Amino acid sequence: MSYALRRLGFFVVTLWVALTINFALPRLMPGNPAIAMMARFRGRVNGNVLKALEIAFGVNTKQGLISQYFSYLGNTLTGHFGISLTFYPDPVSQVVFSALPWTLGIVGVTTVLAFLLGTLVGMTSGWRRGSMLDSVLPPVFVITSAFPYFWIALLAILLFPITLHVLPIGFGYSNTDTIGWTWHFVGDVIYHAVLPACTILVTSIGGWILTMRNNMITTLSEDYVRMARAKGLSPMRIMFDYAGRNAILPNLTGFAMSLGFVVSGAILVEYVFSYPGVGFLLLQAVQNEDYPLMQTLFLLITVAVLVAILVMDFVTMLLDPRTRSDQ
Amino acid sequence: MSTGVLAPDSGLAGHSRRGRLRAGAGANLLRAILSNHKATAGALLLLIFIFFAAFPGVVAHDNPQAEIYARAAAPSAKHLLGTTTYGQDIFSQLIWSTRESLLIAVIAGALATVLSVLIGVSAAYLGGTTDSALSLFTDVFLVIPAFPLIVVIAAYAKNGGDAILIAVLVVTGWSYGARQLRAQALSLRNRDFLVAARLRGERRWRIIVFEILPTMTSLIVANFLGAALYSVLAAAGLQFIGLGNPNTMSWGTMLYWAQNNEALQIGTPLWAVMPGVALALLGGAFSLLNYAFDEIGNPALRPVGRKRGRRRS
Repeated sequence: MSYALRRLGFFVVTLWVALTINFALPRLMPGNPAIAMMARFRGRVNGNVLKALEIAFGVNTKQGLISQYFSYLGNTLTGHFGISLTFYPDPVSQVVFSALPWTLGIVGVTTVLAFLLGTLVGMTSGWRRGSMLDSVLPPVFVITSAFPYFWIALLAILLFPITLHVLPIGFGYSNTDTIGWTWHFVGDVIYHAVLPACTILVTSIGGWILTMRNNMITTLSEDYVRMARAKGLSPMRIMFDYAGRNAILPNLTGFAMSLGFVVSGAILVEYVFSYPGVGFLLLQAVQNEDYPLMQTLFLLITVAVLVAILVMDFVTMLLDPRTRSDQ
Repeated sequence: MSTGVLAPDSGLAGHSRRGRLRAGAGANLLRAILSNHKATAGALLLLIFIFFAAFPGVVAHDNPQAEIYARAAAPSAKHLLGTTTYGQDIFSQLIWSTRESLLIAVIAGALATVLSVLIGVSAAYLGGTTDSALSLFTDVFLVIPAFPLIVVIAAYAKNGGDAILIAVLVVTGWSYGARQLRAQALSLRNRDFLVAARLRGERRWRIIVFEILPTMTSLIVANFLGAALYSVLAAAGLQFIGLGNPNTMSWGTMLYWAQNNEALQIGTPLWAVMPGVALALLGGAFSLLNYAFDEIGNPALRPVGRKRGRRRS
C-alpha cells in the first residue's frame, strides 16, 4: 500500500509545482507581461473583469504576495479560472471544456493504440532477434523518432488532401454539420480525425518499439527465462508470461515520460490541422495574449498527464508484485 | 563504458590511471564510431551539417534574405529548390539556416547535459535526504509536459531572442538525463576504486570529478545527443508557431514563414518540405549516434552475429 501512497503523494507534489509555476511565471518576468495584456483589453471588457484580472496577476493590488498566492490556489482548486479574453465574455472553464473532448478523443485513442501496437511489435522483434522484422524495424524507427511531428502533419496534408484530393485538410468536422450524436456527425468526426490521428501514431509508435525491443533482449538473458525453456514451456507462454511481462515494466514507467512528448507533439499537430482541441486553443490563447486561458490550459494538460501516469502506476502495481510488498 | 569495467587495479595512484583513461576514452570513442554502421552514418551526417554551418557561403552563393528573385518560382538550375513568395532563394535559405539550428541544439544540449550531470551525480553520490530531494525535483520536471511549459514561458517572455529560447530548452530538457545518470552513478557507488579513493582521503568533489565522471563518459555523451535532439525538435516547434524570433534564419523560422504563406496550397511545397527534411536529418544524426552509443554501452543490444566485445577481465 505504501507504493500507492507514495505515487499519490508524488501526484499532489507535482500538481502543486505546476500551480506554483503558473503563479510565479508572470510575476518573475521583467515588467509583468499581464500589464500589457490589460492595457490592450481596457475599455473592451467590463471593469469587474479587469479588476479580477489585476488581482489574478498581481497588478495594482495592496495584497501581499503570500495572500495573493493563497487566494490564487483557492480560486484554482475550486474551478474559478476567470474570464477568457479571446472568447469574452465566456468563462475560461467553459471554453476549455468545449475543446477537451476533441483532444481526449484523438490523443487518448492514438496513445493507447501506439502503446499496444508498439509494445507488441517490439516484443516480437526482440523475441526473434536477427529476423527480417528485427533487422528492418529498429533502424527505421530510430530515424522516424527524430522527425518533427508537425512536419509529418504538413507532409500528410501535402500528400492526401492537396495531391490526392482525399481526406479533409483540417478542422474537426464540416461546417455544414449539426453537432449531435447522429451517425452522420460521428462519421464526419472520424473522417476528419484520420489524418491527425495517423500523424500522431506514426511519430509516437517508434519509441515504444525500440524500448520494448531493448527491454525484451535484456530480459531474455535472465535465468528465469532459461528456466522456463528448460521446463519445456511453450514458446508463446515464455514470450508473453515470462519475458514479456517483465520487459513491459520499464516501458510502463517510460509511458509516464513519453506521454509528455506525445501531448507536446499533439499540440503542434492540432495546430497544423486547425483541430478544435486543447493544443490549438493553447496556441490561440498565446497568440491573443489571453493569459487566463493559457494558464488554465497549461494546468489542464499537466493534470491530464499526471492522471494518466497515476493510472499507469496502478497498472504497474497489478503487474509487478514487487511494488505491492511493503518495502 | 568498458574503461570503467576494465579498471581492476583501482588501487593505483590516481594520476597514472586517469591519464590512461583519458587517452583511452578518445581512441575508444573513434574506434566505436567507426565500427558501428549507425554511428558512422550519424557522425557523417553531423559533419556535413557542421560544414554547412561553418561555411554556408561556399555551398550557397545567393543571399538568403534578399528578396530579389522571381516570386514563387519552381525549381530550376539557377534556384535548385525554387523561390519563396517573397522572392528569396530557398536552397540558400536552407543552407544558411543550418548555423542557428545547429548552434541552438548544441548549446542547449550541452547546458542541459551539464545540469543533468550536476544534479544526477550529486544526488547519487551524496545520498540520504539530498538524494531524495533532488530525485523528487527531477521526477517532477520529468512529468510536467515540457512543450506546453515552453510555450507558456516563451509567451510571457515575448521576443526574448535566442538566449531565452536556449534557457527554456535547458530548463525543460535536463531531467531525463539526470535520472539516467543518477541510476548509473548509484551502481558505481560501491565499486572498489571509489572505496579506495575514499580511503585515501580524497575530497568529495575530487572523487566525483576525477573518479566517477570519467567512467560515465559514454552515458554522458549519449545524454548530450538525446538533449540535442530534443532541442532541435522543440526549438523548431517553437519557431514554427511564431514564438522564436521570426527575423533570424533557422529551419523553424523557414517553416513559420512557409506556413504563414500557405506554401503547401499555393504551389511552393518545397519551402515547407525542405526545412523539415533538414530537421529530420539533423535529428536523425543525433538519434543514430545516440542509438549507437546505447549499443556500445550495452553490448547485449548489438546486432547478433557480430563478434562480442572484449571480454571483461
